[in-house]
Amino acid sequence: MSKRVLLGLLLACGLSASALAQEPKTGGVINAVIQPEPPGLMLAMIQNGPTQMVSGNIFEGLLRYSPKLEPLPELAESWTVSEDAKTYTFKLRKGVTWHDGKPFTAADVLFSMEMLKQTHARARTNLAQVDKIEAPDDYTVVFTLKQPFGPFLGIFEVGSMPIVPKHLYEGTDWKTNPYNNAPVGTGPFMFKEWQKGSFIRLVKNPNYYEKGKPYIDEIYWQIIPDAAARSVAYETGKVDVLPGGSVENFDVPRLSKLKDTCVTGAGWEFFSPLAWLWLNNRQGPLADKRVRQAIMYAVDRDFAKDVIWNGLGKVATGPSSSAIKYYTDDVKKYPYDPAKAKALLKEAGYKGEKIRLLPLAYGETWQRWGEAVKQNLTDVGMNIETISTDVAGGNQKIGDWDYDIAFTYLYQYGDPALGVGRNYISSNIAKGQVFNNVEGYSNPEIDKLFADGAIATPDSKRKEIYDKAQKILVEDVPVAWMLELQFPTIMRCKVKNLITTGIGVNDGFKDAWLDK
Amino acid sequence: MLSFVAQRVVKGVVVLLAIVVLNFFLIRLAPGDPAVVMAGEAGASDQVFVQQLREKFGLDKPVPEQLFIYVKGIATLDLGFSFRQQAPVAKLIAERLPATLLLTLTAFAISLVLGIAFGTFAARFAGTFLDTGITIFALIFYAMPIFWVALMGILLFSVTVDWLPSFGYETVGANLTGFAHVVDVAKHLIMPAMTLGLFFMATYTRMTRASMLEVKRLDFVKTARAKGLSDAVIQRRHVLRNALLPVVTLAGVHAGTLIGGAVITETVFAWPGIGRLMYDALLQRDYNLLLGVFVTCSVMVLIFNLITDLVYRLVDPRIEFAA
Repeated sequence: MSKRVLLGLLLACGLSASALAQEPKTGGVINAVIQPEPPGLMLAMIQNGPTQMVSGNIFEGLLRYSPKLEPLPELAESWTVSEDAKTYTFKLRKGVTWHDGKPFTAADVLFSMEMLKQTHARARTNLAQVDKIEAPDDYTVVFTLKQPFGPFLGIFEVGSMPIVPKHLYEGTDWKTNPYNNAPVGTGPFMFKEWQKGSFIRLVKNPNYYEKGKPYIDEIYWQIIPDAAARSVAYETGKVDVLPGGSVENFDVPRLSKLKDTCVTGAGWEFFSPLAWLWLNNRQGPLADKRVRQAIMYAVDRDFAKDVIWNGLGKVATGPSSSAIKYYTDDVKKYPYDPAKAKALLKEAGYKGEKIRLLPLAYGETWQRWGEAVKQNLTDVGMNIETISTDVAGGNQKIGDWDYDIAFTYLYQYGDPALGVGRNYISSNIAKGQVFNNVEGYSNPEIDKLFADGAIATPDSKRKEIYDKAQKILVEDVPVAWMLELQFPTIMRCKVKNLITTGIGVNDGFKDAWLDK
Repeated sequence: MLSFVAQRVVKGVVVLLAIVVLNFFLIRLAPGDPAVVMAGEAGASDQVFVQQLREKFGLDKPVPEQLFIYVKGIATLDLGFSFRQQAPVAKLIAERLPATLLLTLTAFAISLVLGIAFGTFAARFAGTFLDTGITIFALIFYAMPIFWVALMGILLFSVTVDWLPSFGYETVGANLTGFAHVVDVAKHLIMPAMTLGLFFMATYTRMTRASMLEVKRLDFVKTARAKGLSDAVIQRRHVLRNALLPVVTLAGVHAGTLIGGAVITETVFAWPGIGRLMYDALLQRDYNLLLGVFVTCSVMVLIFNLITDLVYRLVDPRIEFAA
């Protein structure tokens, strides 16, 4: 069997070459904001954003991903793919120990996969492609797939597939396991202390397998629930890092201008958050494609980007973010054109029926965006009523299909098979759940394209399939795509190499160092 | 007096039970399913996952059964398990209780001492500039929203002059001990305690002033004056003591709500207390945790009501304990 060897190690070397331009210094403490306070740190069981941001330092995955989403070694040092694209063999790193000193082996990987199938919804969906997982020896893991699955090498990042210690979890009640509150991983930092409501403290793992890393001695994740207070904490020097999304967007320009402050939009390539308006395709005026297209023309997305998001991000062209694989902008375009929107509404016979708009209860920026979109739609003659709820109440309404238009943003996880198709295929229409196909769009051609796209080989074939899917979706407007969001990370310039991969701050601070 | 206390405790238990049942249903009336919230946070929401979460929460059982399980737990002082936070509710509340008590009791003391003092002065010098000044000062703090006062405080004392820390309970990472730690916590406490305290102070000032002016007009004050008592003695022993009854009533009500009533202050100042715990639990529909906080607050209200009744007796010996 001939094997295609992916030289992840070389990529890793390329990555650190830029870091070597300046010799990293050892020592120091980083104070970062975490918002909101994570409910827990056991990444295999809790998958919300803040949990990953903190625990991405404690746990590790088999792989990481470069800003271009190429796989890089982490717990797996190399990997090969069989010619029929059904067998993936990972060679694990030797000499890795858990924070309690026990060795890390293939048995931990096997156990983690079994656990994740039960506790991690995304991992379970991804692992559904796997027929069997075997460990021929302590440092080799072989995944055999039922059929080729294009994005398979893209599912091993720490948040998607965290590796947990078998010796601490096997045979225990996972949900009450005491190590949930004092997690033990293989990562560059170890859990030390959590003062609920105040801070989480991580300390350097002195036995980390990459010699010399991590450079930082300690990380304090500070919990500051009020957005204005988080800005002040940065201004007064109490925190050094504001990860993307931790301050209101309208504070970003002001904070960016502060002395010794550096800003980067990097580190979101893997997640590629894309914001759109859910449009309820089932009922009322929005069941008509022309009304949905009218919405695309009516909303001034450049205004939203320039004013509400302070110029950050990009106007979306369709269901895929431009950062993920197989993106194409060779699709129908919807520039801001109120006249065209009015014409389409007239053609569709819209007579001023009331349309309910649900903004997203994620703070001031989103509220303002809700108001702007309402204004745009009202300008072309739509009768919009804003419904205000909190996040849980909004999710309930969306899950129950009790809405007309609703704001959302979702991650795309680097590949259309992982993060795009789920929102458009008809098998994902299920009442009572959010974030699947809640708009109720059903198109057998799209179903088939996404089904084929996931298993097609080679890459060029996948591209062809996804190009077609994007064209059809953009013509049909099942949802109204708004912006590719960018959540800038604000930090003191003395913090170097904080973001080195496409997973960004969520990938841990193992490469970061302080220039002081 | 003992039988009075015993009777009140029995009544309290009945009230508590009623509160638990009422809250149990009220929380479930709010739209939003905790399983969907958690699934959403996980970035996935397939049917199996949501169903698993419902089973974990015990939400798949009929509501009356859920209530029975919960009340049974409370009877054995078990407030349940927060699945979102992966910890027993009692532990989560206990972790936050000291910070909340420190903040609210300090604020309470500030508001009561300053309020009664200012109210007494205002009444004593009614109609003068001093009275007008105090009244305006009190009104300003009563009229301004707490979050506004808090943010302005941060702007002035943390950003502009840099005297006080803007957030938190202590300096993170300083690892101070002993007296240095006490000073550090005190510095962090000043702004939140003053923000919260000044708001309540305004109420006490106004109430003490009004009540004293009313009592001053009564006959027994004239009698005292006719007996030749000094003005200071009349104000302190006769007017103030009689004027305090409504203030004590109000303070009793406030004291009971202090535990959960500092949500905004705790949020703006990142104070790690129960108010914030409750707020987060509400947003996440963490039923067990939310109910646990409600139960704790209710118990506090009941305890403080009892204390208020006992203090009445101290302030006004004419009040009898009716058993």
